[in-house]
Amino acid sequence: MAATIKYDEVEVGQEIPPVDYPVRRVNLIQYAGASGDFNPIHWNERFAKQVGLPDVIAHGMYTMAQGGRFITDWVGDPGAVLDYGVRFSSMVVVPDTDEGTVITVSGVVESKLEDNKVVIAITAKSGGNRVLSKARAIVRLA
Amino acid sequence: MALNRDFIGRSYPAPEPYEVSRVKIKEFALAIGDENPIYLDREAARAAGHPDVVAPPTFPIVFTLTGASEALADPEFGLNFAMVVHGEQRFEYQRPIYAGDVLKHTSTIMDIRSVGRNEFVTVRSDVTTLDGELVCTTYNTIVERGGAA
Repeated sequence: MAATIKYDEVEVGQEIPPVDYPVRRVNLIQYAGASGDFNPIHWNERFAKQVGLPDVIAHGMYTMAQGGRFITDWVGDPGAVLDYGVRFSSMVVVPDTDEGTVITVSGVVESKLEDNKVVIAITAKSGGNRVLSKARAIVRLA
Repeated sequence: MALNRDFIGRSYPAPEPYEVSRVKIKEFALAIGDENPIYLDREAARAAGHPDVVAPPTFPIVFTLTGASEALADPEFGLNFAMVVHGEQRFEYQRPIYAGDVLKHTSTIMDIRSVGRNEFVTVRSDVTTLDGELVCTTYNTIVERGGAA
């Protein structure tokens, strides 16, 4: 595998700079189609409000995928991800505007394990809220 | 209405194997906005040491919900889908998933619990090759809002 980050050059506490991922309604439609999750809370504002949500919300898995993208871009090889888990702590509300909203993802090297593995703690925020909590990935570095 | 605890421990094998294709991996990668060539281009994937294009880490969500969704839709289970949101998700990999893999999985309802007014259901899916090689394990927790009220 071809992780481009070297284990020996990474330190515990090292920060991975934040990246902004814009989300618009069309992204949720596309994700619904690709994933097969057509729950109307992710595309139908009328339905979302009927069931007590503030507006259409992003699929949790869409948000998780942005966290995954953050990790795989950093490590340099998606095959280096050994474990990735999150808790969905807040909704990503996506208004029907040209701008939509933004998910900002950042990370920190939380610990170094044997066999070139490291644990990355991931932070994801949108609309001023932490949208993922307990978000961790274990990746194998070069 | 509380969910039916009798469902804890029940296992549901997927009705048929899932064939991972380059086309589906590309569709999924583009839908998450990720144009990493290791997802899109076989030569780029090979240059990185892989036999074929790699599936993004969250890709198994595409096929692992099929086994359990039948159980969750059973009227005896008592789940109101309109109130369901995703609580937690985890993917544990033995190796990456590649285009060309033919995978089967079994989903098991591990736990049903009340937290405040909400019901939490955790489903584990063990994803293997047809020969039984474990490829990944997924843990999916859904929340039924107001389900325990």
